[in-house]
Parts: sequence; C-alpha cells; structure tokens
Amino acid sequence: MFIIGIILITIGVIFSTLGALGLVRMPDLYNRLQTSTKATTLGAFSTIIGVGFLNPAWLIKTIVIATFILLTAPISSHNLARASHKWGIPLSDKTSVDKYDSKTGKEE
Amino acid sequence: MTILIWIWSIILSISIILVLYRCIKGPSLPDRVIALDMFTTITTGLLVLIAHFLNNYILLDVSLVYSLLAFISVIAIARYLESSKRG
Repeated sequence: MFIIGIILITIGVIFSTLGALGLVRMPDLYNRLQTSTKATTLGAFSTIIGVGFLNPAWLIKTIVIATFILLTAPISSHNLARASHKWGIPLSDKTSVDKYDSKTGKEE
Repeated sequence: MTILIWIWSIILSISIILVLYRCIKGPSLPDRVIALDMFTTITTGLLVLIAHFLNNYILLDVSLVYSLLAFISVIAIARYLESSKRG
C-alpha cells in the first residue's frame, strides 16, 4: 500500500507539472484547454488517490473527492470551449479543419 | 517521508507559478479562466497533500468544497460568455 501510494503521487505530480508547462507553451486557446484538462485531471486524480493509499483510513473520502474531480473537469472544459468558440476566439494558423464553424462545417 | 512531501509540494508550487504566468499574460478572457480552473485543480491536490502532512482530517472537506466552487464558477463564466458579444 505504501509503495503504491508513493508511485501514484509521483505520477500525479509529474502530470500536473507537464500540464502547467503545456498551458504556457501551447499556441492556441483550444490546445491549451485540451492539454490542461487532460493532464490536470489525471494529475489531481492520481495525487488524491495516492494520499488515500498512504493513509488507508481516508481512502473512501479521497475516492469521493477524486471521482468528483474526474466527473466535473470534462464538463467545465467542454462548456468553456463551446462558449469561447461562439464568442469568436480565433483558431491557430496550423489548424486544418474546423467542423463546428457555421460556414465550412456541417454542424449548426 | 517528510522530505518526499516537501519535494512534491515544491514541484506543485512551481507548476502553480507557471499557471499564474499564463493567467497574467493570457491574451483573452477564456485563457485566464482556463488558468484559474487549472490553478484550483492543482491546489486541490496540494491541499490533500497538506492534509496528509499535518494529519488533519478537516482539510479534506475544505478541498471538496473548493473544487465544487471552482466548477460552479467556471460554468457561470461560460454561460455569461455564451450570451454576450465579444468586445
């Protein structure tokens, strides 16, 4: 249990740092959104579950917090991406297709 | 064990500083909202680590309420952006 907890927390910390680096380095709003949401969801999830493994009396409560983060992070990022596309944030220059656009795409 | 917790906390603090750089520099409003969302998520993990370090059960409740408030605030800002014009 102890070794599993240490490994899980290390993975979570590494993924959180990589997500923060991606948030600084990416060229576009949508790339930043994708990077930050994926990396941070796994990072926070793994960190919290790892603390639950280190301290087994807290395991159920940490699973509740981690499941909450796992469920709500994609919802908020999806809402934010749709709202910013409707608000008119431009895409990056290297983007090849935009299926959500009203002129070139089929949807809407 | 204490040294490991110190190392993890310092690395998470460095990533929080990177996120705050994007929050200050970000060219548009949704960039700043993304940065704040990621800031709260990393801070939730850091709070749980601090709860284990101090052996304090209350901080788990604090982290749960903190992530709930972050989720609601991001949804509210997204709704506000969707119903307004850029300018």
